[in-house]
Amino acid sequence: MSSTAKKKGFGATIWDYLTTVDHKKIAILYLIAGTFFFVVGGIEAMLIRIQLAKPDNDFVSAGLFNEIITMHGTTMIFLAAMPLLFAFMNAAVPLQIGARDVAFPFLNSLGFWLFLFGGIFLNLSWFLGGAPDAGWTSYASLSLASPGHGIDFYALGLQISGAGTLIAGINFLVTIINMRAPGMTYMRMPLFTWTTFVASALILFAFPPLTVGLFFMIFDRMFDANFFDHINGGNTVIWEHLFWIFGHPEVYILVLPAFGLFSEIFATFARKRLFGYSSMVFATILIGFLGFMVWAHHMFTVGLGPTANAIFAVATMAIAVPTGMKVFNWLLTIWGGNIKVTTPMLYALGFIPSFVAGGVTGVMQASAPLDYQLHDSYFIVAHFHYVIVGGIVLALFASAHYYWPLMFNQMLNETLGKITFVFFFIGFHCTFFVQHFLGLMGMPRRVFTFMGGQGWDQFNLISTVGAFLMAIGVILLVVNVIITAIKNEPAGRDPWKDGRTLEWAIPQPVPYYNFKQTPLVRGLDTFWIEKMEGNKEGMTYAEPISDIHMPNNSFIPFMISLGLFVAAFGALYHQDTDKTWSIPVLIIGLAITFASMITRSLKDDLGYHIHKEELMNEKGGKH
Amino acid sequence: MSHDVEARTRSKHEYEYARKRANQGMRNQVTVFAIMIFLTFIAFAAVQAGMSAYLVAPLILLFAAVQVALQLYYFMHWSEKGHGMAQFFMYSAAFIAFTMILAFVTIIWW
Repeated sequence: MSSTAKKKGFGATIWDYLTTVDHKKIAILYLIAGTFFFVVGGIEAMLIRIQLAKPDNDFVSAGLFNEIITMHGTTMIFLAAMPLLFAFMNAAVPLQIGARDVAFPFLNSLGFWLFLFGGIFLNLSWFLGGAPDAGWTSYASLSLASPGHGIDFYALGLQISGAGTLIAGINFLVTIINMRAPGMTYMRMPLFTWTTFVASALILFAFPPLTVGLFFMIFDRMFDANFFDHINGGNTVIWEHLFWIFGHPEVYILVLPAFGLFSEIFATFARKRLFGYSSMVFATILIGFLGFMVWAHHMFTVGLGPTANAIFAVATMAIAVPTGMKVFNWLLTIWGGNIKVTTPMLYALGFIPSFVAGGVTGVMQASAPLDYQLHDSYFIVAHFHYVIVGGIVLALFASAHYYWPLMFNQMLNETLGKITFVFFFIGFHCTFFVQHFLGLMGMPRRVFTFMGGQGWDQFNLISTVGAFLMAIGVILLVVNVIITAIKNEPAGRDPWKDGRTLEWAIPQPVPYYNFKQTPLVRGLDTFWIEKMEGNKEGMTYAEPISDIHMPNNSFIPFMISLGLFVAAFGALYHQDTDKTWSIPVLIIGLAITFASMITRSLKDDLGYHIHKEELMNEKGGKH
Repeated sequence: MSHDVEARTRSKHEYEYARKRANQGMRNQVTVFAIMIFLTFIAFAAVQAGMSAYLVAPLILLFAAVQVALQLYYFMHWSEKGHGMAQFFMYSAAFIAFTMILAFVTIIWW
């Protein structure tokens, strides 16, 4: 049953990962899949920048360019940024709250496989007659008119992977509400746990509108429903509302966990308690609420009327207040701290000015009259890349370094990490800073080429050079990972020496049951308290050693997701009259899914126990 | 079981207390059930009596709101301890849904 120490064959390892319900292994799966899609989206970004490097370029055609920008946006948001955040949530959150796993390990696995199959389905569009080409927002009038199957791939793929995300979000909500160790009150939870909690609540409320919108879209395209077709009494603006009611909270779903990750990093490497912890928690919740009140600021130019525009403009500006609280709290955490500039800390220090720059341009756009000028220009592109790359991607890179020893018991090379940072950070600003000016000069977004001699040539070239610097940064990170994996030097417990929260108190490699004894939490920064009191064990225990109940591995989540994946092809080709096999495929796919679900329901799977004697013998608990 | 089994019996006072609480809970539920039936009856009666729609419609909506509240607080136990998180999420969801509906009926043009 156990064991971490046993050396497994390749096939056995693959099977283990296909069936695993362990949050630590699912974290690794999310990390691998997210990185793969990040690279795919990155290659698409490079193609965009190569095409726009010089005026009147014909590196890619206009139609292909539309497909590339659509897939770049969709891939990066849904298939790279969110799964990578889920990777760190899975790796760290159960350990931070002193839990042995998430509340529903089976659903955790199901969420991952749904996401992966949805993502693969979406990307298969490249090989099956063309990718979606209506932008990542897929505005209804344009997407309904789009020929081929691109938009169908978009709608069905996102539907499947969205279900996975919703499942993962609910799982984290239940985990954080119910699975906290004794003494871990809400106001003692580490900030990454808090932001995961709020982000999961946002997932719970934001994904249903997307699901509804995507179903409308699917019905419109496949069964000639008329939800968005104004000729037949529909309304194209409804898609925009549904999309942005989801889309705006989505931004916070991404950025709040990034804030949480940076809060951990700042406190750790300033070697100081996080400044203003309670105000940080308050700001996180407030951002979560306000995130739902501002979606129409994406639609100022639609013609909602001055009253609606004014209300949404003011609500949008209000978000700057809790965000500003957070920025000042981070600054005051660093102030007077005993700072250690490690690679994660370097990213965190780079994050503050970058993200503030993105936030300031956001407040500019919140002003509706100005937005009429900025709308659909490169200024917008510059703004959201400053927020997403400067906020989320920097957080992901920082946490890759920060949590690598927790996930793999190895330390990424610090020197190479700092070189990576320099390339990526300079490349990022080089790429996107000039795009502000391009936007102000009138360059519209989503154009596949531009005429020379408008003063745009040089800035576009600078932007492309920056993109290559970022690519070098990413390649260096991959090299770093490979070198570290080959060296394979165990990092041991608390490798940063300054860990404050429970995840660092666990011996490395983390036992598959996490905590031999559930810890007793005696305050914020649990591990720090124990260390300061000279507790060599790193934990005070809340219970004697006793049997641990564990869930069994299961292949069913894979099969449920596979069934939907197969069914999606049937649904997709249903409109083509020559493809008579589409209905059987749809039925077979759904049959696989439902048969798997019935198997899960009817077959008792009570898990197993690790017995007390086994725990006492095992050496995994000693460091 | 994840822990060594601990046998524990309830004392006489605990037993009586639990019994009293169960009785109280049952009485509340029956009372609330009666109120809800009565409200439904008034709603039907108001329609049957042929009163003005301007009176009947708001009346029915008001009774509906009251019934939802009773349902949540008594039949779904919100009035008891330990349901704070569920309440918080339900109220948040209602608030967000309300904003959405308000926006849809006011600012979507055709």
